[in-house]
Amino acid sequence: MEQTLKILAAQEAANEDALRVVQLANDADPLTLDLEGVDRVELNFPKFSDGRAFSQAYLLRRRMGFVGDLRATGDVLIDQLVQMQRAGFSSAVLRADKDVGDAQRQFERFGRFYQGDAVTTSPRFAGAA
Amino acid sequence: MYQYTDFDRQFVRQRAAQYRDQLERYFAGKISDEEFRPLRLQNGWYVQRYAPMLRVAVPYGEISSAQLRVLAKIACEYDQPEAALLAQAQDRQEALGSVPVPGGAAVNTKLKTGYGHFTTRTNVQFNWIPLDKSADVMDLLASVGMHGIQTSGNCIRNITSDQLAGIAPDEVADPRPFCEILRQWSTAHPEFSFLPRKFKIAVNGAREDRAALAWYDVGLQLVRNAAGELGFKVLVGGGMGRTPTIATVVREFLPWDQMLNYLEAVIRVYNQYGRRDNAWKARIKILVKAEGQRYIDAVEAEFKAIVEHNGAAHTITQAELDRVSASFVAPVVAAASRKDAKVHEIVRAAAEADPEYDRWLQRNVLDHQQPQLRAVTLSFKRLGQAPGDATGDQLDLAADFADRFSSGEARVTHEQNLLLPWVHQDDLPELWHAARKAGLARSNIGLLTDMITCPGGDFCALANARSIPVSEAIMQRYEDLDELHDLGDIRLNISGCINSCGHHHAGHIGILGVDKDGKEWYQVTLGGSDGTDLSGPATPGKVVGPSFSAAEVPEVIEAVLDTYRQVRAGDGERAETFIATLRRVGIEPFKAAANAARFTAREVA
Repeated sequence: MEQTLKILAAQEAANEDALRVVQLANDADPLTLDLEGVDRVELNFPKFSDGRAFSQAYLLRRRMGFVGDLRATGDVLIDQLVQMQRAGFSSAVLRADKDVGDAQRQFERFGRFYQGDAVTTSPRFAGAA
Repeated sequence: MYQYTDFDRQFVRQRAAQYRDQLERYFAGKISDEEFRPLRLQNGWYVQRYAPMLRVAVPYGEISSAQLRVLAKIACEYDQPEAALLAQAQDRQEALGSVPVPGGAAVNTKLKTGYGHFTTRTNVQFNWIPLDKSADVMDLLASVGMHGIQTSGNCIRNITSDQLAGIAPDEVADPRPFCEILRQWSTAHPEFSFLPRKFKIAVNGAREDRAALAWYDVGLQLVRNAAGELGFKVLVGGGMGRTPTIATVVREFLPWDQMLNYLEAVIRVYNQYGRRDNAWKARIKILVKAEGQRYIDAVEAEFKAIVEHNGAAHTITQAELDRVSASFVAPVVAAASRKDAKVHEIVRAAAEADPEYDRWLQRNVLDHQQPQLRAVTLSFKRLGQAPGDATGDQLDLAADFADRFSSGEARVTHEQNLLLPWVHQDDLPELWHAARKAGLARSNIGLLTDMITCPGGDFCALANARSIPVSEAIMQRYEDLDELHDLGDIRLNISGCINSCGHHHAGHIGILGVDKDGKEWYQVTLGGSDGTDLSGPATPGKVVGPSFSAAEVPEVIEAVLDTYRQVRAGDGERAETFIATLRRVGIEPFKAAANAARFTAREVA
């Protein structure tokens, strides 16, 4: 699959110009968020194995129709990047000790998945029909 | 069986390649132990007491002869630890002590290598494969469309069903196409790969619940509504573990084509609101119990939004159901061709003259949707091998039986045996002879020694106590087939810890390993049910009293069974079953007998 997720080093993220950014807590309901004028929503991974932000991302994209930057922050590792893109994230700040060189081939490996996601909304079976 | 498409095959190969990439980065120090853990777990790799354990997925239990042969090869060539490791493990296990057999010798751990192990969730486990060979094993599995995808980890696990799916006479509809559609949908799901805790789904297509639906995170029961349309009764929030919980019915009827959309809602609400602060309270059962109707309302609201706002993207099309169902058309089965009709007559006559054959027909052979066919269970419950263990040679033999007698297909059963689903009735004598020669024809299916037993403290890092020596001691005590058949239908389930992999909660007799001061103790429960017609509505068993020492357990079982024989109604073939007797007279006489079997109590008396 094509990599559309922008992967940033921690330093790159720090040097970015200020935007209208909202940070959404893991236990907050994204459906209550006022997205008027918001350029970026940041969803935090307190631990890489805490998957709440995947559902939040999906809801922001597919239910709320948010089209701005949706960013993964916190414990962001190589092996969750493809999943993040599929859940609707558009950028991710890679944890400082991780090698961005290991990221690219993760996107190249799988051409298509079974189920629909926030980007390719239909499952494979519906597309093939 | 489901026939893999090019896409399916490629996906499994890509997954194996992904795992190799992860393993290499782990060995290169680019991924920490903690970071690697969920990656290996979601491919079926645990790290156990002495060695890694691989759990291979057998989706809804269906397995081909070619796949069995690859499992045999893995058992023979890869399930082989270094001699020093095995010797060290054996020494440490022996030091835990032995379990005496009433009126006999004592049983101690005897670690084996070169075998696969059938689990209650119809997977196959290996205990001795070194981690540095794990990627090679995944490639080998991928060559026959097998894998360990999501057999562990906090994700949607292997889908289970009834071992008689598609062949049961009491079937409402074949659950296998839905199981396969679920398997595909749940594989590498981007949103649901890091749930609060593991998530297990079972699907039942028959009138009788043989899939233990009420014990699952989600149970789907195929039903027809008043208009004759096919759909599901949806149960959510069952589970064993520390808090045994019977699932709640959240929907009496869900149209079949909404299965995925509805599950998306069920799991999304859980992913957001399930507890993550305490692993013991993280299963969906805790959320459903705590929130009750509020959880159901949230799921219904989310489902409505998926359908109305998001276009119900995962509505199953008739075309997709037809495509998948085409893989499950019943094979046309004729009796195996015979060179010599005379030989068949001799084999048949010899079998029919043997009372053992009659017992085997009663216990191991089941009726089928097609009147001329039978479903035959190969028993993997016999002395000297742990329940559910199959050596490489036995896996090869089972593959041969599947080819010769069952259209190349077998089923891994929830009770840790193998079932041949497409056996012609005229082939039964030949199959019995062949299975008997292989040691797989013991007529104990559904009887006391057909125990469910987890690997326990001989292998599992989580276990508090060993399971296998206890089951071996009970098996030795109840070796006599006359006695076993007289005791009749009994479910005895053993778990080495409260994680309940041995489903002790659901056993008529449950044995649970507990740890007290670093020693092995066992809690005994009575009256549990998995939800089958025999066992009654699903319910956890009741504890009989303080836990017993390993040495006491076989005595306690004997005391309980003696009580049953004393108080049961009827006799011979009309004898009241153990569970019916227990329900009628209540737990008290059994409890009293069990507690009287304590060694300390006896010394006092």
